[in-house]
Amino acid sequence: MRTFFMIALLTISTAGFAADKQMEEMQSVIQAQQQQIDFLLQQLDSTREVVLALKEQVDANAQAATEANEKAEILADNMESQPELTEADRQFASSSRFGGYGELHANMLENQVTGEDSNVLDLHRFVLYFGHDFNDRLRFMSELEIEHALAGDGKPGEVELEQAYIEYDWAANQSLRAGVFLIPVGILNETHEPPTFYGVERNPVEKNIIPTTWWEGGLAFNGAFADGWRYDAAVHSGLYTGSDDNYAIRAGRQKVAKAKFDSQAVTGRVRWLGVPGLELSASVQYQDDITQETDPTAGSAWLFTGHVSWRHKAFGLRALYANWNLDGAGPEEIGADRQNGWYIEPSWRFNEKWGVFARYNRWDNLAGNNADSEYSQWDLGINYWLHPNVVFKLDYQDQDAPDGMKELDGWNLGVGYQF
Amino acid sequence: MMSLAAWLVLLTSPVALAMETIYQQPLEFLKENLSGCQQQVLWLKKDIKSQIERLVDHPFPGVRVRYCEKDGKTAWVLDEIGKTEPITSGIIVNQGRVEQVRVLIFRESRGSEVHRGAFTRQYQDAVLESDHSLDRYIDGITGATMSVSALNRQVKLALLLDKVTREKTNDH
Repeated sequence: MRTFFMIALLTISTAGFAADKQMEEMQSVIQAQQQQIDFLLQQLDSTREVVLALKEQVDANAQAATEANEKAEILADNMESQPELTEADRQFASSSRFGGYGELHANMLENQVTGEDSNVLDLHRFVLYFGHDFNDRLRFMSELEIEHALAGDGKPGEVELEQAYIEYDWAANQSLRAGVFLIPVGILNETHEPPTFYGVERNPVEKNIIPTTWWEGGLAFNGAFADGWRYDAAVHSGLYTGSDDNYAIRAGRQKVAKAKFDSQAVTGRVRWLGVPGLELSASVQYQDDITQETDPTAGSAWLFTGHVSWRHKAFGLRALYANWNLDGAGPEEIGADRQNGWYIEPSWRFNEKWGVFARYNRWDNLAGNNADSEYSQWDLGINYWLHPNVVFKLDYQDQDAPDGMKELDGWNLGVGYQF
Repeated sequence: MMSLAAWLVLLTSPVALAMETIYQQPLEFLKENLSGCQQQVLWLKKDIKSQIERLVDHPFPGVRVRYCEKDGKTAWVLDEIGKTEPITSGIIVNQGRVEQVRVLIFRESRGSEVHRGAFTRQYQDAVLESDHSLDRYIDGITGATMSVSALNRQVKLALLLDKVTREKTNDH
């Protein structure tokens, strides 16, 4: 019995010891497995991050590839659109300029004195510019004009070289011109492209008094001398008029065509451009003998002009005064010792396309005596800009002329362009 | 009185009498008006280039435009030919509205009056209309018509490019 008991006790003890050891082993296995699971989870997280990063990279690469394709297409398009030019072509294209302007006029006027109609269709001006830059500071500029379409003996028109000069920038904002250039007086003499002014015909004051378009040969300095201020100073060939033309200024233009050069002229101008849209300008010219020493009864001549050109938003205003004083008994005897005129022109620009204007002009080429020799003229009209550089014009003119002179009233229609 | 010889020396001198007037260097303009801005590049797709060329009315060289951006504002330094030479201007645009215009470098022999503040201030707050015109009339300068036109084109171009960059940002 005792032996049996001992065996049983030993068996139970041995079994308990074995169970404990098994438990320890199982716990050890579980811990190892947990570590493996933790490790795998970490690996999974890392893998997920890598996958996400890869996905972003793939997306970015796709975006970059798309953009690269677009850029390649742009570059290809750009390269394909390049014209095939030789080096000489490129050099010429980059340093030479070409431009021009022109205007076709239809004048439907009636002489109020005789009742005669004067209906005319006229390609008034066809002008080509050509310029060339020798370098950044030295350039050539020219303007060749055909007036009234047909030139030659007995024909109504003329071929005129209105500008042909060399210009040199001798300092910043300072230039010197040598050659044939437009005289720096008035509003229209230097800037007269049709889209830049109202009215089919140029105003009669600048035409008959200044006289626009007026060019001479010589030397001219121009530039800026203070904030908003500009100057012009020129020494050039002069007018040549005489008693046969009643000393009329316009008749004295020699157009630098084998021009008499016995008497030269000097011209100066000052302009203030300090406020956007506003120009105030004054010019003076002196010539010691306006008859080029052909008429002992005539002598020196002074021209004074002043103008304002103002545009603020839709409103525009141009006003000009010009006066010539001619010395000598010859001009004085017929009243040509004073020749003057003025005009005022308010305008309204509705938008980029449409604008209207009114202009009142007075001028007199024989203002030095008491005879009735003064003209006046009203102009009312409209401009339509099909393009900033292409304009259609319509206006009505109402003229009041001295006794015995043509008094032309009626309609003017025109189309003009510049490029 | 300057002697004839002195005049001849002056007129024929090879010394670089700089014809360009630098009112402000482009980098200084950016530093002063959009300090700390990030340089960006806008590539010009065909349709955008077509819009640009319609706006400036001449072929537009290049396939990209560099600009600077900060806080929704964009800064553009653009060249545009006045009569014969390029005028360099700096333009700051804030959400489609002009904030600042300055002529930085002027190279023409005339028309430099466009650099004056009295002129450039007219562009402040200007907006580009759908027909590529500005929402206001800009008073010109007599004798500087082509320089004024160049400035107008530059401002309109900056507004158009700013619009393109904002549309591109919104797409992304």
